[in-house]
Amino acid sequence: MTTTTAGPGRDGGFTPPKAIGAVSGFMDDRIGAGNFLKRNMRKIFPDHWSFLLGEIALYSFVILLLTGTFLTFWFEPSMHEVEYNGSYEPLKGVMMSQAYASTLEITFDIRGGLLMRQIHHWAALLFVAGLMAHMLRVFFTGAYRKPRELNWLIGLGLFTLALVEGLFGYSLPDDLLSGAGLRITQGVLVSLPLVGTYLQFFLFGGEYPGEDVIGRFYSLHILLIPGLLLALISAHMILMWVQKHTQMPGKGRTEKNVVGAPFYPAFMAKSGAYFLFTFAVVAGLGTFAQINPIWLYGPYTPADISAGSQPDFYMGFLEGSLRIMPAWEINIGDYTLPLSVIIPALVPLGLVMTGAALYPFVERWITGDNREHHIADRPRNNPHRTAIGVSVITFYGILWLLGANDEISANFHISLFALSIFGRFAIFFGPALAYLITYRICLGLQRADAEVLAHGVESGVIVRSPEGSYSEIHTPPDEDIAEHLRGKKEIPMLPAEPDGEGIPPKGLRGPLGRLRAKMSRTYGTDHVPLPDGHHEEEHAAVGAGEERKQLH
Amino acid sequence: MTETENTGTPEERVPRRVIGTPVPGGQPNGRPGGQVGVVGGTETEVHEAEPGTGVVFPDPASARRAERLVALLFLVAFLAGVGFIVSYVAFQVGDIDSTATSNFALGGTMTLAFLSLACGIVVWVRRIMPKYNLVQERHPMASDPAVRDEVAKVFVQGAEESGFVKHKLLRRTLLLAAAPLGLAPLVLLKDLGPLPGTALRHTVWKQGMRLVVEGTGQPIRAADFNSPGGILSVVPEGYEHDLNALAKATLILIKLRPEQFKSGTNLNWTHDGIVAYSKICTHVGCPAALYEQTTNHILCPCHQSTFDATDGAKVIFGPAARPLPQLPITVDAQGYLVAQRDFLVPVGPSFWERGDAEAEVRGQA
Repeated sequence: MTTTTAGPGRDGGFTPPKAIGAVSGFMDDRIGAGNFLKRNMRKIFPDHWSFLLGEIALYSFVILLLTGTFLTFWFEPSMHEVEYNGSYEPLKGVMMSQAYASTLEITFDIRGGLLMRQIHHWAALLFVAGLMAHMLRVFFTGAYRKPRELNWLIGLGLFTLALVEGLFGYSLPDDLLSGAGLRITQGVLVSLPLVGTYLQFFLFGGEYPGEDVIGRFYSLHILLIPGLLLALISAHMILMWVQKHTQMPGKGRTEKNVVGAPFYPAFMAKSGAYFLFTFAVVAGLGTFAQINPIWLYGPYTPADISAGSQPDFYMGFLEGSLRIMPAWEINIGDYTLPLSVIIPALVPLGLVMTGAALYPFVERWITGDNREHHIADRPRNNPHRTAIGVSVITFYGILWLLGANDEISANFHISLFALSIFGRFAIFFGPALAYLITYRICLGLQRADAEVLAHGVESGVIVRSPEGSYSEIHTPPDEDIAEHLRGKKEIPMLPAEPDGEGIPPKGLRGPLGRLRAKMSRTYGTDHVPLPDGHHEEEHAAVGAGEERKQLH
Repeated sequence: MTETENTGTPEERVPRRVIGTPVPGGQPNGRPGGQVGVVGGTETEVHEAEPGTGVVFPDPASARRAERLVALLFLVAFLAGVGFIVSYVAFQVGDIDSTATSNFALGGTMTLAFLSLACGIVVWVRRIMPKYNLVQERHPMASDPAVRDEVAKVFVQGAEESGFVKHKLLRRTLLLAAAPLGLAPLVLLKDLGPLPGTALRHTVWKQGMRLVVEGTGQPIRAADFNSPGGILSVVPEGYEHDLNALAKATLILIKLRPEQFKSGTNLNWTHDGIVAYSKICTHVGCPAALYEQTTNHILCPCHQSTFDATDGAKVIFGPAARPLPQLPITVDAQGYLVAQRDFLVPVGPSFWERGDAEAEVRGQA
C-alpha cells in the first residue's frame, strides 16, 4: 500500500494518486466514465450466505473458460483412427481416435495437463451444482418475483445450456465411458417421432458413430454454447445490477431500500476472495480427487461397455428416469412410438423446466400480486411454494438416486428389480409425501416464530411461583432477530367475495375462475398470523402463558 | 496502510467518508464549492440508517494485528506461487508415477496459493476494512408515465416518418425479402448428413460371412465352442475396426443345451445349441454385455433391460420393449460359424419409421 494515498484525515481532500488520476482522467475525457462510476462505485450489496451460491457458479464458469482454453491447445477433435504411440505404456499400439489419443497426451505428456483436465471437470460439476443451489435459493425465497421474472428465465436458459454443454464436454475425450453417454444420446435422439432418424443422421453425419460427431460437439462445446452462456451471464449480471439485489428481511430493510456494504471497496474485495476460494477448492479437488481417469477406460468401441457406467451427476436424473420406465412401445401403422425412451427423456426435464419458467407468472395470476418485491421471503413464510419446491427436489432426487440403482443394488444387497419397481411408485408418492411434510414443517416453523415474537425466547431460568408452580422466564428476542421474523409478508389473495348482487369479481367466473379463486385462497391463507406489536410486548414480559396452547 | 487512516474516532470520520451522508450545515467537509455536494446529494442515494452506524472502523490496534496476519498469508501465497513455477520445472511427466507427482506438486502449490490469498483478503475485509451498514434507496423499475408517453409518441412519430406504416408495398416486400433469407441457414445445414433411407434396417451381416471373436479376430469353429453356458462377443469378419458396422452388427454368441431353448428362439437359426443375438440393446443401444450363466439372463448395464437367452432374448425386465434380434447362423464347410443372412428386423433402438418389423416377419412366415 502506498503511503502517498491522500486520506481524508491528511488534508481533508480526496485526491487519488497521480498514476490513477492521470489514467482515469484520460478515460473520462474520452468515454465519460466518471458519470457511471459516480453512480455505481458505492452501489450497496446486501449480505446473506445464500447470495453466494450464484457466485460459485459464476466463478466456476470463469475457471472453465481459463482451463478449457488451455485444453484446446492440445486437444484434437478428430475421430480419425490412429495407433497410440504416447507415453502411457498399457495402451501403446492400440488403435484409437485422435481425440482420445490427444486427451492421453494432455494427461501424460503435458506438464499440468492432467491438473487442468481435472480442474476443468471438477469446475464443470461445481458450475452445475452452483446453478442448482442458486436456483433453489431464488425459488424458495421468491426472488424470482416481479421485477425479476426475466432474470429467472435467463437463469433457466443458463441451466439448460449448462447441462448440454456438460454432456458435450464429457463426450469429447472419446473414451469408452463417454462413448456410452454418446450412444444413449443417439438412442434418445433416434427415438423422437417424425424427425428422430433425420436429426440423428444430421448430427452424426450419417450412421452412428460416424466420423463427425466429436468435431461437431467440439465447436458447439468451445464456441457456440460458451458464447451463449457468456451472453446470458452478462445479461443476468446487468439485470441484477440494474434491479439491485434482493435482501433478506431485517432491521431497517424495506421494499424501497437496500442495506449492506458498498461495491467499492468491501464487496469487490469479498468477491475477489470468494473467487479465489472457489478456485482453491476446485484446484484442490483437481489435485487430490481423481476424476474421469480416461486412461483406465480405453478407447471407445460401440461393441463394449463397462458395468457401472455412470454419467456426470447432473445427468443422473435422466439415467434414473430411463431406468425405471416400464417397457412401453406403440406401433401405429408402419410407425413406432418408443414411449419407454421418449417419456423418460423428455417429460421429467420438460415438467421441471416448464413449471419453473411458468411459476412466477402462475403465482402472480393466483395471488393477483402485481407489486415489486425486493425483500426475499423466508421459505417457511410461503408454505405452499416451499412445499412445491421440496416436492420437485424429491422428484429429482428419486430419479437421481435410481440413476445409480445398479450401484445401490450391489452395495446394499437390494434386488435390482425390486428397487426399480419401488422407483416406479416412489416417483409419484415421494413428491406428494414431501409436499405434505414440508407444508407441515413450514407451519410449525411459523408457529415457532410467532411464539418467539409473542413470548420471547427461553431463558433457561426456571422460577417457582408463590403457589408452587414452576415456569420458565422468557426474554424478548434480539431486535435483529425480531425484525427478521417480522419481515413475514402477507401473501395477497384475490378478492373472492361476490359483490352486493352476488356476482363474483371479474376473472373469477367460470370453472377456471373458480379454480383460480380457490387456489388463491389456499395459497394465500395465513394460518399463523404473527402477533401484533402490543400484544407481543405484554406477553414477552409475562413469560409463558396459556395462549401458547392456542398456537399449537 | 497509512497511519492517518487509523487515527481519529469513527464518529469523526464517518460523515466525511460516506458518500451521500448528509453534510452538517449543508457544506461539504473541507471542500469549497459544490463538487462533493453533488456526490453527496440525492443522486447516489447512499446514506446511513442512523448517524455513525454506516461505516464503523475497527480498533486500530486490532487492525494492525490483522495486518500482520494478512501479510503472513500473502507471503505464503507468494511462496506457493514460486513453488508452482519450481514444480513445473522440476517435475517432468511421462508415466503414471511421474505424472502423479507433477500433478500433486503443481496442484498442491496452486491450491495453497489461492487459498492463502483468499484467506488474506478475507481477514483484510473483516478486520481492517470498516463494517458497513449503508442504505441505498430503490426506485420502482417502471419509468415515469410521462416518459412512457414521450417514448410512445416518438416511436409512433418515427414509424410515421419512416413511411413504414403508410407504404404498404414497401412493408410487404421487405417481409417477403426476409423470409427466404431466414430459411437459408437451415437449408445450409442439409449437408450435415445423408438422409436415413433404410440404413437403420440393415447391418453388414450377409450369407456366409464368418463370425469372429471381438478383439482377437479369430473365426469360431462350432465344435470348439462347446461348453454350455459359454458366451462370446462376436463381430463380422472384415469389419473388426469399422465402428459404424460394429454399432449395429455386434453379437453375443451363447452356447446352451438344446433342451434349454424355449419357443421364442428360432431353432433353425441356431447351430448345435449355439445362438447369436444382437448385442445392441433395443432400448437406447448400449451393448447388452452382461450374461448370467445360472439364469441365462442377458443384462444391459446402462438401464438394466434384461433378456432371456433361452427364449429368443425376450424382455423379462427393464425399459427395453423388444427382444434382442436373433441372427440366423450355421456353419461353413470348414465348420466355422457363419451367418445365414442379415437380421430380419432392425437392430438397436427403436425409431419412428421402424414399425412392427417382428409382426411383418411373423406374417411372412
